[in-house]
Amino acid sequence: MNELSLYILDICENSIHAESKNLYLTIEKSKIKNLLIITIEDDGRGMDKETLNKVSNPFYTTRTTRKVGLGIPLFKELCELCEGSFEIYSEVGKGTTDIAKFKLDSIDLPPLGAIDETLYCLACNEFDCDLHFKYIKDIDGNPKEFSFNTREIKEVLDGIDLSEPSIMMWFKDMVNEGLKELN
Amino acid sequence: MKSLEDLKRIREEAAKKMTIRDKKDGYRIVVGMATCGITAGARPVLNALAEEVANRDLRNVTVGQVGCMGECALEPIVEVYDPSGTRSTYCHVKASDAKKIIEQHILGGQQVKELLRENFR
Repeated sequence: MNELSLYILDICENSIHAESKNLYLTIEKSKIKNLLIITIEDDGRGMDKETLNKVSNPFYTTRTTRKVGLGIPLFKELCELCEGSFEIYSEVGKGTTDIAKFKLDSIDLPPLGAIDETLYCLACNEFDCDLHFKYIKDIDGNPKEFSFNTREIKEVLDGIDLSEPSIMMWFKDMVNEGLKELN
Repeated sequence: MKSLEDLKRIREEAAKKMTIRDKKDGYRIVVGMATCGITAGARPVLNALAEEVANRDLRNVTVGQVGCMGECALEPIVEVYDPSGTRSTYCHVKASDAKKIIEQHILGGQQVKELLRENFR
């Protein structure tokens, strides 16, 4: 994978498939701290200690269609390659939180890539999990923020599906314009 | 920022068109979106398919996502369910194939033979 937004999509899919009602995705880019922090938090079914200890092992997976699970191991490896860290916290019945940190000027840090496509894939999930997205950019000590949540959007849509193509076009424009304004 | 006011207007337009044709008798397209699919390039495929449907204003097609289908080596995988329920499994699909799938299969009713699973096994 050559885009950070692909890793984000992959890890967030875990939350969506864990019966979460809400998925909180926060990307924090701080030039001053030379740090990129990606936090993925959900209120899904969570994991017990034993499972938690196994998720970084590529030969562990809960799925039945294949015998390996590479999502978390790949993401963790990328964090470590970029002189950062990967932490995962979870509690049964409460949810799971992943915190990934990267050194912003690491030569191995892939570009964010098409985050609009990733957010669209996440927003249109079929499990009715709401996406709460926040992007914080701090270049000079005055952080700027862009955020949205699909609960508000769904209220306006009033029964019309977010995956409706014309709604999708609006959604991607909304994301791209919102992020552009942070520059 | 694109406002929620804009969204309201787009929503009303979409609602008007939806009454013309019920989605239940339409096509359903799904894209495998697990680690295997994502790594192989499924995300741009899903977005390209959705955009083709949007640009052509097709009212009887839904585009969705599924998890791993157990054929990781053949990803990105796209499945098309006809109104009759018949399933076509397309493998190693690229974003540039989206147009063909929509034009030939959805609009023309003909499977895209060269992308069918049996070619890759």
